[in-house]
Amino acid sequence: MGQTIAEKILGSHAGKTAKAGDIVVADLDFMIGQDGTSGVAIDSFRKMEAQKVLRPDKAAIIIDHSSPSPNSGVSAIHKKIREFCLEQGVKLYDIGCGVCHQITPEQGHAVPGDLIIGADSHTCTYGAINVFSTGIGSTDLAAAWASGKLWFKVPETIKVVYNGKLPKGLSSKDMVLKLIGDIGADGATYMALEIGGDTISDLSVDARFTISNMAIECGAKAGLMEADKKVLDWVKQHSKRKVNPVAADKEAKYAKTIGIDVTKLEPQIAKPHTVDNVVPISQLGDVTIQQGFIGTCTNGRLEDFQIAAKILKGKKVKAGCRLIIAPASTQILLEMIKDGTYQTLLEAGAIAVTPGCGPCVGTHNGVPSDGENVISTANRNFLGRMGNTKAFIYLGSPATVAASVIEGKIADPRKYV
Amino acid sequence: MKGKAWKFGDNIDTDLIIPARYLNTSDPQELAEHCMEDADASWVTKKKSGDFIVAGENFGCGSSREHAPIAIKAAGVSAVIAKSFARIFYRNAINIGLPILECPEAADEIKEGDEIEVNLAKGEIKNLTSKMIYHAQPFPEFMQKLIKAGGLISYIKKKLKS
Repeated sequence: MGQTIAEKILGSHAGKTAKAGDIVVADLDFMIGQDGTSGVAIDSFRKMEAQKVLRPDKAAIIIDHSSPSPNSGVSAIHKKIREFCLEQGVKLYDIGCGVCHQITPEQGHAVPGDLIIGADSHTCTYGAINVFSTGIGSTDLAAAWASGKLWFKVPETIKVVYNGKLPKGLSSKDMVLKLIGDIGADGATYMALEIGGDTISDLSVDARFTISNMAIECGAKAGLMEADKKVLDWVKQHSKRKVNPVAADKEAKYAKTIGIDVTKLEPQIAKPHTVDNVVPISQLGDVTIQQGFIGTCTNGRLEDFQIAAKILKGKKVKAGCRLIIAPASTQILLEMIKDGTYQTLLEAGAIAVTPGCGPCVGTHNGVPSDGENVISTANRNFLGRMGNTKAFIYLGSPATVAASVIEGKIADPRKYV
Repeated sequence: MKGKAWKFGDNIDTDLIIPARYLNTSDPQELAEHCMEDADASWVTKKKSGDFIVAGENFGCGSSREHAPIAIKAAGVSAVIAKSFARIFYRNAINIGLPILECPEAADEIKEGDEIEVNLAKGEIKNLTSKMIYHAQPFPEFMQKLIKAGGLISYIKKKLKS
């Protein structure tokens, strides 16, 4: 019988043939935590009376969510994490290194065919490089530290096929927002997505990460893509580990197949306060904005800032509006400095914050005030997400954010490219 | 377990259950003080220990923060009854021992303020106000093992000892 990518990767790590619905206990290739979740994981690890992280070489903690620390409570958690990493020999990426979902693949910890877990819901990001990676909670991370394994229910898979040439001014963010708007916030709950088609082949690896990153926003456990030459080249540049690319069988069984033709796609906007509240930009109406934000594990990569810089070159962020940028890693920041992207954005009026999650999760770096509208490249626009329940968060692509801060209202980027 | 029903809608996300601004602590009681704050700021003062949360589709969607089920449990909620749960929340709730029941009919028909009685072993939900009885989806065998062991911490603790 044919198998999906999810069935193959979970099966190979459990040492048996796996099919959707099975519960397997599988060996893990890597496990990550971040500063929002690792404190509780360390507590759980102690309560388990575990002495040693079984494979410290397969674990990392990344301090990215509130980084540098904005208050003494968070500082105490950071201290606890640093001490734990030192005690256990777990790799620590301290403040300013970047967002966990950029660091993990960029620093070579994720390669095709891997099974990776992370105590962060957007761990599904590495699906773009053919990794079955999924978000779990803190106690699950503690169990994985102690045993090197974790239990999984093998998910059914929805196949998503993107076809057609993406129109100018659009990007992979518009593609994934369209999918989430179509199937809803729980459209793929308990399931994996397998994402392909000729539009995906045309995308860079940076752009593919954006799509896999948001698989969780329709409830999916993983957002898997096959490893083509672009992926294998990218991985070779970042990791010395042996790759084991996994493709689905032709006869693999899917819960359903969704086809999306992008030829006539418009820029997509997710309106407050759910990610599936998506409209094409022509149906949005006038929305004045006070803050733009480019960054996060969704859209904080070099290509994202290059797109924004192209639009903002020689222009200014409109008075009464501000633009915050947060590169997803120090590595990206250095590349932005090298190719002039950083200078272009700063000259246009952007305010740069530490590489990391930035204001995405509402702990620091730009909490909007009451009644303000924000246009952001992040992955969530939940009520209160950015730290104020009286603010309104709209989600769009880096191009859309760049065009919007020039006009001071949510604007169609197609006229700027 | 017996208590009053508090109704919430679809897609109650983890930012509504416990906003990230309170993740500067992992103390269950402190988290409980802010439980559901951004969905209904006065809920914490209205609910009583033993009450139930009854919600729609996709309860607990969003972040992987385990602080969400921890806050609900520490707030004294007996169990969450919902039409469906988001995957990570579902796992986290079982791991930390917060009872959850997936039952679309009960979630639809129970009204705010109804008196509810739940028999977890049987997965039975009784609405004492309307006299209706519902049966929740049974847990897969592996999860029943985890629940019986008292959650993932006790399960791993036993495994490490043996």
